[in-house]
Parts: sequence; structure tokens; C-alpha cells
Amino acid sequence: MLKFVVKRLFWMIPSLFAVSFLAFVLIQLPPGDFVTTYIATLASSNEVVDQNTAAQLRERFGLDQPMLVQYLKWIWGIVTRGDFGLSFEWQQPVSGLIWERMALTLVLALASLIATWALALPIGVYSAVKKYSIGDYAFTAFTFFGLSIPSFLLALVLMYVAAVEFGQDVGGLFSSQYETAPWSIGKMYDLLTHLWLPVAILAVSSTASLIRVMRANMLDELPKPYVTTARAKGLSEFRLLVKYPLRIALNPFISTIAWLLPNLISGSVVVAIVLNLPTAAPLLLQSLMAQDMYLAGAFVLLICALTLIGSLISDILLALVDPRIRLE
Amino acid sequence: MTDILSIAPRPSMTANKPLLEVRNLVTEFPLRTGIFRAVDDLSFSIEPGKTLCVVGESGSGKSVTARSILQIIDSPGRIASGSILLHQPDGTSLDLAKLDPRGRAIRSVRGRDIAMIFQEPMSSLSPVHTVGDQITEALRLHLRMGKAEARAEAISLLRQVEIPNPEKAIDRYAFQYSGGMRQRAMIAMALACKPQLLIADEPTTALDVTTQAEILDLISRLQKAHGMAVLFITHDMGVVAQIADDVLVMHHGVAKEYGPVEQIFHSPQDPYTRMLIGSVLKLEQKAEIRLARPPLDTTAAPLLDIRNLSMHFGDMKALDDVSISLLPGETLGIVGESGSGKTTMGRSIMRLYDPTAGEMHYRRADGTVLDLAKIGGGELKAARRELRMVFQDPFGSLNPRMTVSQVIGEPLLVNGIARGKNLDERVCHLMEQVGLDPTTRERYPHAFSGGQRQRIGIARAITLNPRIIVADEATSALDVSVRFQVLDLLMRLQDELGLAYIFISHDIGVIRYMCDRVGVMYRGKLVEVGEADKVCNAPDHPYTQALISAIPRPDPRDRDHSRRFRYTEPGTVKNGSSAR
Repeated sequence: MLKFVVKRLFWMIPSLFAVSFLAFVLIQLPPGDFVTTYIATLASSNEVVDQNTAAQLRERFGLDQPMLVQYLKWIWGIVTRGDFGLSFEWQQPVSGLIWERMALTLVLALASLIATWALALPIGVYSAVKKYSIGDYAFTAFTFFGLSIPSFLLALVLMYVAAVEFGQDVGGLFSSQYETAPWSIGKMYDLLTHLWLPVAILAVSSTASLIRVMRANMLDELPKPYVTTARAKGLSEFRLLVKYPLRIALNPFISTIAWLLPNLISGSVVVAIVLNLPTAAPLLLQSLMAQDMYLAGAFVLLICALTLIGSLISDILLALVDPRIRLE
Repeated sequence: MTDILSIAPRPSMTANKPLLEVRNLVTEFPLRTGIFRAVDDLSFSIEPGKTLCVVGESGSGKSVTARSILQIIDSPGRIASGSILLHQPDGTSLDLAKLDPRGRAIRSVRGRDIAMIFQEPMSSLSPVHTVGDQITEALRLHLRMGKAEARAEAISLLRQVEIPNPEKAIDRYAFQYSGGMRQRAMIAMALACKPQLLIADEPTTALDVTTQAEILDLISRLQKAHGMAVLFITHDMGVVAQIADDVLVMHHGVAKEYGPVEQIFHSPQDPYTRMLIGSVLKLEQKAEIRLARPPLDTTAAPLLDIRNLSMHFGDMKALDDVSISLLPGETLGIVGESGSGKTTMGRSIMRLYDPTAGEMHYRRADGTVLDLAKIGGGELKAARRELRMVFQDPFGSLNPRMTVSQVIGEPLLVNGIARGKNLDERVCHLMEQVGLDPTTRERYPHAFSGGQRQRIGIARAITLNPRIIVADEATSALDVSVRFQVLDLLMRLQDELGLAYIFISHDIGVIRYMCDRVGVMYRGKLVEVGEADKVCNAPDHPYTQALISAIPRPDPRDRDHSRRFRYTEPGTVKNGSSAR
């Protein structure tokens, strides 16, 4: 087991390099660079930048050098100093920008994850056990509803209802007076009052799909002979459900951890933009559009690292819960 | 090692007070098309310490009967009427049929008074819980034992069912056990609370005959020790003859005959029972078709000559230096227990596997000889038209999305032999040949019974006028009454088409009925080859002798278990029964 983990960790290193290089190349593939985008932005406000200034800018950002050199410089900075470079657009170190956003992203993602699992797992089990009952039909109707409504539309509708009908302050995660204030009890409370809306929106579609998956998993397990064996032993229906089929039906969820972590960053872009949330996703989108390559590159690298770590974690967990994987 | 246990035939149907009385039981399944009565007005009773065998073919309702007693019928089944009286030692009686299937009362009966073991020991045990966990569960639930006490008791239970190294085995998972050990663990689990009645639903069907014999011995030994009643459900008349005190014969949910085992086997009253016994006894001798045949020309050049064939999967030698030949028009049987390499042999001949070493010389109709182990491409394709296969599972081997005419006609179509109207005519002709009504050719496989599906599989195999058919357990999944019909069909086709069969089976009865010569396989090696009569009645090799000795004889007067023994390979250390 330990050997397996060490081996997997070792293989992560070349994969990370390969992905970071690819990401770097891909970001630079579109014609032009950050300076071109920058000049275009300035031009739209009637400021004209001459060729000399542009060249100076390129030199300052190191954009005049060959791509390989740029890449090696960037990677060297990361490996030796943990320095992810400077964001062109924000004129700030990339790491600072990302970490600032990551904390809130994590809060939001965890909150919606907990909401999703807390709702979806019991409902899925109920739907499977009481198949074709009124309750099952009601939840099924809800899941189809939740799956088919685009989340940005739900966001707009809920925002409208909350703002117009209840006079709530929607959009963002903080009220304006707390936005730049240091952390305090008041700010925490303010965060909580703002958090429910994005959490609800994000949870609806994932709850809906998770209910379906859970129901299907349980329906696969319920008619299995080992369930009948447990019943013949005299276990109560609830105890045997929790101990046997539920336990096995949960296994597939452990493998979802692999894409749960990268989703922290890139997931729910549209909702975050509509709701003006200060999370990582809008920043990633912005950096890609502006060809702010060190910022975008750092994001891609982070997503990649989280994917690799996520799949390692889920593999280890799967081996821990399922003796068939561990021992066979 | 000899496994000696003789049970004297016990007097049956005594006037003891029964333990369980089932009266006019009706179990129904509401379906879209109406109500299906799986069990219809069934009455029987079981006395303490006695064994009642419920016997019947698939769909007879015998499993549903067993499950009705514990009220664990698969949804949407339910008990519609009747009573199931459990007479308890304190003199009170409990009507199980009236209890709420989810209620506390029935739950305290399950596992404590009445325990159950099932057919598939692998899937009946949870794959993610240790065996010990599943055994202690019942102890802690019903006997309120503490953790340590329950664990000690579970170890002693595992020792009782003869699992080697119970202290270690208790922390293992079901998939780490062999088939026989899994069923032993199931029995340990069922016996945990010393039930008064053990319901065994086809507990040995998935096991090899030698393992089956050991499990049956174990059950009857434990039955004696605990004075427990056993309700044994099976389709195997041989097993019934060996263990039953009383027998209940079921057919389509109805009791056909109910009486002491002696009466059922030696003076059956009901025509269905007679048919069932008859079809079992039929497999005790050579087929009539074969008796009528002229003797086989043993001087002819062999059709297929297998020399030193080996097939290794990693370190596992599935086939180890096997040499055997097949004469034209011959039926060659291959017997062996699971894991003996008999299926690998069939697949290697079809070149579904590429053999590791050895030669397979196939003599074509024009006299030229091909080495099937070496050829490839077009030659192999051509050879495969002449070597066809019939599979074990009549359900899994037919594509459910193809009509019967597509299934049968496909070989003709893909080989570019016939199409359109011509194809249709040939399909109709083939269906008539295997005894199917050609007007049903546009139906899908699900509309046919197991026996009919196997006929479809046979029709598909003979489409291209093959010369050799490899039949891998072709009748194992079929009921006895259907089994010999399919065997007779195969032999009739053999006469009509001049086929040679390689007939792979674990069932000696089928081999005796059908085959001219038999090869016995054990752990990848061919240990004995000879005339079918000789191998089935007076085998030379000790393994074959052990195998034959383990087969339950379908005669309750022939219950001598002392002649039974298990073969141990000379030079190997035996580490426990049925461990492979």
C-alpha cells in the first residue's frame, strides 16, 4: 500500500511538468499577448499607445523572449522560490491573488457539498427503497426539474425574488461595508447571510443528479442476495439497509472525489459571475481572456495538481473501504 | 482422507408433533398482467429432527415457499392466505403468515428459530464485511452477546463447520474463501443461534459434487447434533434420495405429491413425479439412440488429434500437457470439477485462446491435416466454420436484441453464404431440425424457455454444416426433464449430420447417457481416458473413483456414505477441505 502511494506521488511530478508546459503553450497559442490585449483596452478609451511603449512593456514583462525561456524562468521561480510570477493585469504576485480567492471558494464549495450530500443521500435511499411510491415520484419530479433548469437562470430568478420580494442584498458574499473590512464576528455573520443563496443555487443541480445516482446505485444493490441473507438473519430493515446495501452503494461516490477538488476552482463559473462572487472561477476566466499568462498558468497548474491529488485520495479511500480492491 | 458418516434410514411420518405446519399457503405476485400465484394451496409439515425435501423444476415455486415461511419474499410477492404455524418449545404456536413482514415478531423468529442458507454462497455474503462480522451479527442481535463473547462463539462455529484455522479465517472476506468454504461459512452463520429449523435453498447447486457431498454430510451431522429440522429445497433427485425423510414434489406452485422418500422413489403415485424420477433414472444408463447404433469405427483416422496441449495463464497451468483424440462420429466427454481446465480445453480447441504449447491436428473433409494451434487469418476462419460451439448459459449466449431468425441466420450472413429469401428458408429448416416451430422465428429470445433457447443455440451451431461441435456444459442450466430431450436432440443430429461432439460436463449422468469415450480432467491434467462405461462404472484412477463415489445416487435405499472419499493428489499437502 505504502509502495503504491509513493509510486503514485513520484509519477505526479512528470505529469505536473507536462501539464504545466502544455498549459503554458495553450495560453500563448491565440495570436497576440497580454500587451496586445492591454493596448486594445486602452484604445477603446481613446488612448493611443505607440510601438515604442508597447515594446517597452513587452520587455518589462519578459514577453519579448522565446516561449521556452519564459516557461523555464517561470517554472524555475516556482520550484526554487515558490514564486508563481506577477499578474500583468493586477500587478500583484499571482500566489497572493489566488490564495485570497481560494479561502472563500473553499467555504462556498464545502458548504454546497455538505448541503448536497446531506440532502441527496437520504433522499436517494428513500427513493430507492420506496420505489414508485408517491414520495419517490415527487422527488423524481424535483430531480428532473433541478437537472433541467440551467443554474444561471435559477440564480437570476432567485436573485430577483430575494431582492424584489424580500428586499435582501444579493450578489457577492459580503455587504458593501464589510467588503474590505478585516475579519470580525460581524463579517462572519454577514458572510453567512449572503452564503445561502449561492449555496442553494449550486446545490440544486448537484443534489438532483446525486439523488438519481444514489437511487440507481441502491436499486442495483437492494435485490442482491446478501441483503436477503441479512433480512433472514432478523436484522431490522433500517439497520440492514445502512450496514449492507448503503455501504456498498456509497463506494462509487468515493471515486467522485477525484473531480470534486478541481471543480473547486473551475466549477460554477457562470453562477459565480452572475452572482458576482469573489471566488476563483471568475478570476480564472478573466485571466484567460486577458492572456494574463502567469495567473492563468498558475490556475491550470493548481487544477491539475488538485486532480492528481484528488484521484490519489479517492484511490486510497476506495482501497480502505473496499476489501476487494485492497486484497485482490 | 475418508469422510465417513452413515445415516440409517429413519422411520418417516411418525406421529410426533410437528415443528412447523403449513396449511393452504397461497403466495401471490401482483403483476401488470394480473396476479401470478407462485404457491397455490400448499400444505405440509416438518417434525423436529427430520428432513423435508421440496423438489421441483425451475418455476415450481419451491424457493418462494421457503421464503414465504420467513416472510422474505422478493417484492412484490405477498402471502395471500393460509397459515404457517410454528410450534414453539413452550407449547405456544405462532402463525408466521399473519405477522407483519417488517415487524419485531417475525424478526425475532428469523435467524433465531428459523435460519436460512442460500444457493449462491458468494453473492449471499456481503463482499465488504468480514465473515466474522456477519456471523457475530446474528449472535449479538438475538442472544445479546458481547463483542468478545460473540467472536469466541463465531470461531467455535467456524470450527464446527470444519473451516481450517478459524482464528484467522474469521477476519477474512467471503471472496478469499473457496466455494465450499463460503457455503460452510453460510451454514455457520445460519446455525449461530441454534435454530429449530434450517431452510436450505439449493445450498449445493453451485458446488462441485465432491464439495456437495461434504456439505450434505456436514448438514446432516449438525442436524443430528442439534436435533434440528431441515427444509431442503433442491432440483436434484439424487440429493433428495440421499438425505430426505419426507418429500414434497412441486410443479407450477402446486403440490404434486407429498410423502415419505421411500414412497416417492419406489411407488410414486403422481404422473409428474413418475416423469421426474423417470428422467433421472434415464440418465443412469446409456441413451437408447446410442444402443441402437452400430459400433464406432475405432480404426478410422482421428478427426481431431490433440497432442501435448498446454495453456498457461501466468503461473496457473489451466491445461497441462493434454493429449486426446476425437474419432469421426464420436462423442467424447470431458469431465472434471470446476477449475479442472475443461472449459479452457474447449476454448483452446476453438482457438478462443492461443495455446501456450502443443498441437491440434484437424483432418479436413478432403483429407488434408491442419494444425489448429498454428493457423491464423483465413485458414482459421475457414476452420471455425467446421468447428462450432454450444454454450452453457441459454440466457447469456443469445443476444436479447436479435430475433431468433437473426441469431440462427447470422453465421450464414457473415460468411456470405445465404441472404434474403434463401436465408429465411434455411433458418426455417434449421428450426424444424431442432424441433422449434419456424413461425416463431421473428420473436426475441426472452419469449422462449431455457430448453427452447438451448435448441436455438444448437440450431446456430449447426448452421454451417460443422463437423465438430464443442458443447460446454450445454445442459447444466436445464431442468432434468428438459435435459435428456436436448441430449436426445444432439444425438439425433449427430446421426443426421455425421457430427463429432466434444461434450464438456461436470455431470457424470449426462456423460454416461451421451458419450462414447470420456476424458477425466483434474487440475489441468487429463488423468484418465477410456470407454464411457468403464470410466463411469469401474474407473482406474483414484481421482475418478473419488468423483464417482461422491455422486448422490437417486435411490433412497442406497445411502451408503462410507464408500465416499476425497481424492488427495499424492505429494501435495492438504490444507483443508475444498480449498483450491
